[in-house]
Amino acid sequence: MTSVAHAKPDAHGGGGHHAAMSFWQKYIFSTDHKIIGIQFLFVSLFFLLLGGLLAMQIRWQVGFPGKPMPGGGILPESMVSGGVILPEYYIQLVTMHGTFMVFFAIMPLLVGVYANFLIPLKLGAHDMAFPRINMWSFWLALLAGLIMLAGFFVPEGTSRAGWTMYAPLSARPDLSGATVGQMLWCVSIVVLGLSSVMGSVNYITTIINHRAPGMTWFRMPLSVWALFVTAILAVLALPVLQGAAIMLLFDQTIGTHFFDPVAGGQALLWQHLFWFFGHPEVYILILPAMGMVSDIISNGSRKPIFGYHSMVFAIVGIAFLGWIVWGHHMFMSGMNPTLGSTFMVSTLLIAVPSAIKVFNWMGTMWRGNLRLHVPMLNAIAFVSMFTIGGLSGIFMAATPVDIPIHDTYFIVAHLHYVLFGGSLFALFAAIPFWYPKMFGRMMDERLGKIHFWLTFVTYNLVFFPMHMIGMGGQMRRLYDPTIYDFLKPQQPLNEFITISAFALFAVQLIFAFNFLWSLKKGKVAPQNPWEDNGLEWSLPNPAPHGNWAPHTPNVYRGPYEFSAPESGDADFLPQTKKLPTDRDPVPAIPPAGH
Amino acid sequence: MGWWLPPAASTFAGPIDMLFLVILIITGIALVLVEVGLVVFIVKYRARPGRKAFYTHGSTRAEIIWTAIPAVTMVALGLVSNHYWVKMKDKDSVPADAYRVGVMGKQFEWQMTYSGTDGKLGTDDDFTVRNQLHITVNQPVAVELTAEDVIHSFFVPEFRVKQDAVPGMHIIAWFQATKTGEYEIGCAELCGMGHYKMRARVFVHTPEEFTAWMAQQAAGGAE
Repeated sequence: MTSVAHAKPDAHGGGGHHAAMSFWQKYIFSTDHKIIGIQFLFVSLFFLLLGGLLAMQIRWQVGFPGKPMPGGGILPESMVSGGVILPEYYIQLVTMHGTFMVFFAIMPLLVGVYANFLIPLKLGAHDMAFPRINMWSFWLALLAGLIMLAGFFVPEGTSRAGWTMYAPLSARPDLSGATVGQMLWCVSIVVLGLSSVMGSVNYITTIINHRAPGMTWFRMPLSVWALFVTAILAVLALPVLQGAAIMLLFDQTIGTHFFDPVAGGQALLWQHLFWFFGHPEVYILILPAMGMVSDIISNGSRKPIFGYHSMVFAIVGIAFLGWIVWGHHMFMSGMNPTLGSTFMVSTLLIAVPSAIKVFNWMGTMWRGNLRLHVPMLNAIAFVSMFTIGGLSGIFMAATPVDIPIHDTYFIVAHLHYVLFGGSLFALFAAIPFWYPKMFGRMMDERLGKIHFWLTFVTYNLVFFPMHMIGMGGQMRRLYDPTIYDFLKPQQPLNEFITISAFALFAVQLIFAFNFLWSLKKGKVAPQNPWEDNGLEWSLPNPAPHGNWAPHTPNVYRGPYEFSAPESGDADFLPQTKKLPTDRDPVPAIPPAGH
Repeated sequence: MGWWLPPAASTFAGPIDMLFLVILIITGIALVLVEVGLVVFIVKYRARPGRKAFYTHGSTRAEIIWTAIPAVTMVALGLVSNHYWVKMKDKDSVPADAYRVGVMGKQFEWQMTYSGTDGKLGTDDDFTVRNQLHITVNQPVAVELTAEDVIHSFFVPEFRVKQDAVPGMHIIAWFQATKTGEYEIGCAELCGMGHYKMRARVFVHTPEEFTAWMAQQAAGGAE
């Protein structure tokens, strides 16, 4: 590994070398962590759009079952008949919406983009510890996405077993009706796991070894803490999923029957393996969001984060508990009910560190001087929506209450409050916040505010009523709820949700326009547009390849010294600013890449 | 349409709905606290020229309070929940006098196997009816769940009963209906293309009606 890190010393040397790089070296096969982060950003925003388009089709069918979908005529006969979505296409839609959103949109948006982009910049490193492994991590992620996407173009279409891929449905092509698509899912996940592990090893090493002098562990921003813990989760969890996916692939192709009881397999084995990965995965999808929101709320409140140390311990606590709660996905699975009791207690305990975080964010805003810019508005929305998602989780954690709502729209509402209300609002905060650092321009503030308010309202109109639909008993992944008499009275609410969902989707076009338009026409960003303390803002926008190379910045304090008495007239105090009373840190750690 | 859980028709509905309400109140208080707090802060602490934020790194006392309260609440909730969970799902919870019916899920139907006149499953006089579960009101029923092909989930919303039927496993789910009438059984686990139409019905009879139905079946009568 060391040889890899040192293989290209010129990449970390003086800035003079970089100007000579060709377009391909600079933007395509780049080893610059910032470019890799931006590559991840464009690719995962594309998959986010794709996941959204799949969701719109799902909503059409649930809201207006049996009616021809507008524009459905362009889809092939294997998917629609006379414009009406077919049941076999519908289950592909729910499978792929979940798969793309979890693995190719939210996870790379949070980790691929911001772990890559922020870790070296926030720690004062010149690049990641292993820049080439980092490049591979991106290209493998893209390859995995393309393999998954290929499912739509093979006979029988994509996988049809839900994103959770429950066996034996997923293991038996004769029962699911999909052959190649099922295999592509497994192959894609194995490749994606490689990408994720490569990235995570890089993040962990960089954080341990490449912090600038004075950047002690407890001077790291919470975003970096969260990404550090997330990387540890990913490096331990993804290989479990990879192993399970390989076993599933063997079941599908060479008849190993690991998960099929027809020849000695066990159906529940898949669920244990999947959720042993899957629950830590849930925290992979929320911890980085929590970290970035902490940075932004402290900045927007012009106040130090409330209870920094307990915020760090809460991240670690959530991550630890995340390993021992997987069974709460399996309360109704036939797993030993006594195990259900154990998993209930560990699950309920996660409410404690989650509550600490929410109250500390509120404590940060308390008596602050709130600048309600677009990142701050979205960050506050994150706190508000994550709270709903967290609280609705308690219903399902309490095992008896889980009985009627398990596998209904209640869980669909819950998971979207965490993943959309949580992770995606955090991204709507993070993207404009670090946009100037990426592209040297600001996203438009007015469009950002319009987008925020419309999203906030339509989002709640879509997902809040799903709690009621779920309480009423509507099961997940149901092609046509009106088959059931007891669900028929709820159909008007389903129509309402569908119409709201179309509005929500349309509103996202404002964001897409703002994002793309600002690349060329946005206001040129000042060096420190948010008056932040982070190390990244001591560099020009966008920062050059190699960041501070050949120098290394000195760090004098923590990242949240807003409104400190010694900051004078300003209400912020950058980590790199040396006050007369500050002593230079001892450069105990060799700078990155040297 | 309703804004609550479906109408209750089994002995489980009482405690489950009560627990649901308790959690709704607890989480409702927390929710109002957080959301109102956020709105108040947004209005009250909006940036004004010339004002500086209050410089503080936190308060140990506040942190202890908002760690302890959720912790105690969650532990208490866990204990209460577990009390009912054990009564509903534990393998020793199935009443000895429960009427036993075999229910097998297969793509895409439910097959109910009745014990016939000898009252025992697995004997020659067993008979199987598709998509119809006939039971007696106020009598515990133990459904012996199996699956032929993939995982299905036996779900009767009015009874607050849900249990996966897993191939290779033999799982017992019990309940006691409290109201006569006809209810729907749904499949709550994605089981393939026809998942949505894997619908069956439960008929809750008075003891007299049930005996009559049994006699009709034994005589080889129509379903």
